[in-house]
Amino acid sequence: MSERDLMEFDVVIVGAGPAGLATAIRLAQADPAPSVCVVEKGAEVGAHILSGAVIETRGLDELIPDWRERGAPLETPVEREELYLLRDAQRSWRIPEAISPPSLHNSGNYLVSLGNLCRWLAAEAESLGVEIFPGFAATEVLFGEHGEVIGVATGDMGIGADGRPKDNHAPGVELRARQTVFAEGCRGHLGKQLYQRFGLDAESTPQHHALGIKELWEIAADRHELGLVQHGTGWPLPEGTHGGFFLYHLSRCQVAVGLIVDLDYPNPWLSPFDEFQRMKHHPLFAATLEGGRRIAYGARALAKGGFDALPRQHFPGGCLAGCEGGTLDNAKLKGVHTALKSGMLVAEEILAAFAVGDPGGRELTGLEARLRASWLYEDLRVGRNFGRSLHRFGTLLGGAVNSLDQRLLGGRRPIRRPGDAPDHTWLEPAALSEPLSYPGPDGVLSCFDRLSSVYLANTAHEEDQPCHLHLADPSIPTGSNLAEYAEPAQRYCPAGVYELVGEGGDDPRLQINAANCVHCKTCDIKDPAANITWVAPEGGSGPNYPNM
Amino acid sequence: MKILVPIKRVIDYNVRVRVKSDHSDVDLANVKMAINPFCEIAVEAAVRLREDGKADEVVAVSVGPKAVQEQLRTALAMGADRAIWVETAEDADLGPLGIAQLLAALVREEQPGLVLLGKQSIDGDNNQVGQMLAGLLGYPQGTFVSGLEVVDEGIEVVREVDGGLQTLALRLPAVITTDLRLNTPRFIRAPDIMKSRRKPIAHTGAEQLGVSPAAGPRLLAVHPPEPRAGGIRVESVGELLERLRQAQVI
Repeated sequence: MSERDLMEFDVVIVGAGPAGLATAIRLAQADPAPSVCVVEKGAEVGAHILSGAVIETRGLDELIPDWRERGAPLETPVEREELYLLRDAQRSWRIPEAISPPSLHNSGNYLVSLGNLCRWLAAEAESLGVEIFPGFAATEVLFGEHGEVIGVATGDMGIGADGRPKDNHAPGVELRARQTVFAEGCRGHLGKQLYQRFGLDAESTPQHHALGIKELWEIAADRHELGLVQHGTGWPLPEGTHGGFFLYHLSRCQVAVGLIVDLDYPNPWLSPFDEFQRMKHHPLFAATLEGGRRIAYGARALAKGGFDALPRQHFPGGCLAGCEGGTLDNAKLKGVHTALKSGMLVAEEILAAFAVGDPGGRELTGLEARLRASWLYEDLRVGRNFGRSLHRFGTLLGGAVNSLDQRLLGGRRPIRRPGDAPDHTWLEPAALSEPLSYPGPDGVLSCFDRLSSVYLANTAHEEDQPCHLHLADPSIPTGSNLAEYAEPAQRYCPAGVYELVGEGGDDPRLQINAANCVHCKTCDIKDPAANITWVAPEGGSGPNYPNM
Repeated sequence: MKILVPIKRVIDYNVRVRVKSDHSDVDLANVKMAINPFCEIAVEAAVRLREDGKADEVVAVSVGPKAVQEQLRTALAMGADRAIWVETAEDADLGPLGIAQLLAALVREEQPGLVLLGKQSIDGDNNQVGQMLAGLLGYPQGTFVSGLEVVDEGIEVVREVDGGLQTLALRLPAVITTDLRLNTPRFIRAPDIMKSRRKPIAHTGAEQLGVSPAAGPRLLAVHPPEPRAGGIRVESVGELLERLRQAQVI
């Protein structure tokens, strides 16, 4: 094999999401600016990112104060909002604004496509001299002789399924840096290795996750109300399973509809994908979606542990930024403004170190104090009871408790943590759980199967490449996972990657349709035996989300 | 020898094409765009000829609004030496003939020994520009090429024709359009992306080239194909035959 190229920068950033791009932009705004490179595994910036999204402008105001004049794609201000509790398949309660938790109020916020926002941020970064390499997946952390991070390597291109180089093989590139920033988003695959190697979560509770599934619809003009935001919880999620939905009326008669399901759910029969499809039959959604057509689909895990799960953000030679460092504000259900802020804090700490001649490879411990002094930390602290209340008191009472807590006590009321066990440990045996059945696809209003959905994620993987979903022990899926949990991967995966073939026969086997993968990372999080490791496939593979 | 490679910016082949709800066109808002796959093969072929010492300069050219510079950068990162952007208005109504006229004017200016371009674009699927360009210039043409070799004063090409493969010898200068099997384009290396930013992209337009390009066909409406009706499961061979007879296919 030919040698890997080697390139050197002052700072290398993994992931062109809001956190990585905010880091890059803040660094590049400095004078003199360090050299900055961003690698992104999607075929273009924005191809792999997915969010609701309602965003608070605070982060963007600080990063690029004249974003309005510069044409940032924040087109739709929130005009009106509604909060619901769905009681069953027909009924819902509208929760009056006067008693809903203040953190859920969205006046002054904007509805955006996070993908388009990232595309715009990337153009801003490039105009400041940042090198962005889309289609390059960082697959390896590079360590120096003292165990410090000295950069990352991107994966080889053109490796066959048999692991051998093909005719068009091109070796990866070593990107070396004085500081490396990991901004891969929730459950980044290099970040996971760093957590383990440096014990980044030794002082915090395990991270908690949720799976968000989203569709974009084009609806009839007379059912569309520009700027309307609807949130809620309740049906169809069964008791003991937490989550909530969103429905946003965007420009061009498009609406974003989605369901977020916490991944500490206990019932192995649960299928978040089917819950979402079923949810859209509720009159609240049907009234909006009927006569429309679905134009895009996607899914992504999110890190919602908030304050309690906040890991150490620094280690020798590098830092975490954004959701990789768990900065999503779960009480506000928002992570974009906090990711931007997190990126800026990291950049400012790096600039401060470089200003006094930091040679690189050091641990930027000052990041901790910088974080603690920021509004980001204060917001997460105030919001920490939000999730705890919902878990402890249930959705309805917990919501009321949250409202009182935030209004009167500023989030100071002590509430016990929901549990320090990671998400994959919460499944109960299938035999002791109530089997759930879901209506089959009707393909018209709201029910689709996984494959027709994945089709709308525009996901593409070169077929002749090694499987990017690694099983530590290949016997587990059809062994203990099947016996105890009826192999839940076939249900939690929102893209139909995991398929049990020959179930009930003598020789069942798990078929991994890796080409369907939308890079949501749920399998890496929820497998009861923690047996699945998601690694980055060949650069440029994966979904191609437009406007998501 | 100088090789001119015209390339086109099109919707990425991995993206599902969606028609706008008013049927006025395909929706391209924020959709991933890419270099047309056949054009990418042409760039690869040109760069290989230069690497083999058969050519000394590869010039990529694209006709379109500002965004086409992205694809010119891709061609530069693949190994083209310089690029020319022929600017047209965002809403310019150009068809294959107009494009061919602009390219012909450019060829007269640049005097390349070879024009290498994709046989067709995956959006319009016209398969006309190469042929029209050769006609306007009075150059020999080799279309749907899956093999090529530079020989003393000319070039030998293998064409994919209906009945099999046809080998032609052409005198230079010539126009060649590439088919899928000519090569597999390389993966772009990160250092080459950085180098491509230092390569020049010259700017020109219809006026500078002295061309008033012909208008293209007018797009009236775009409709997606009817969705396929679901199949049914039959219980027996007898029922299958019965159904096929009902459908009058046997």
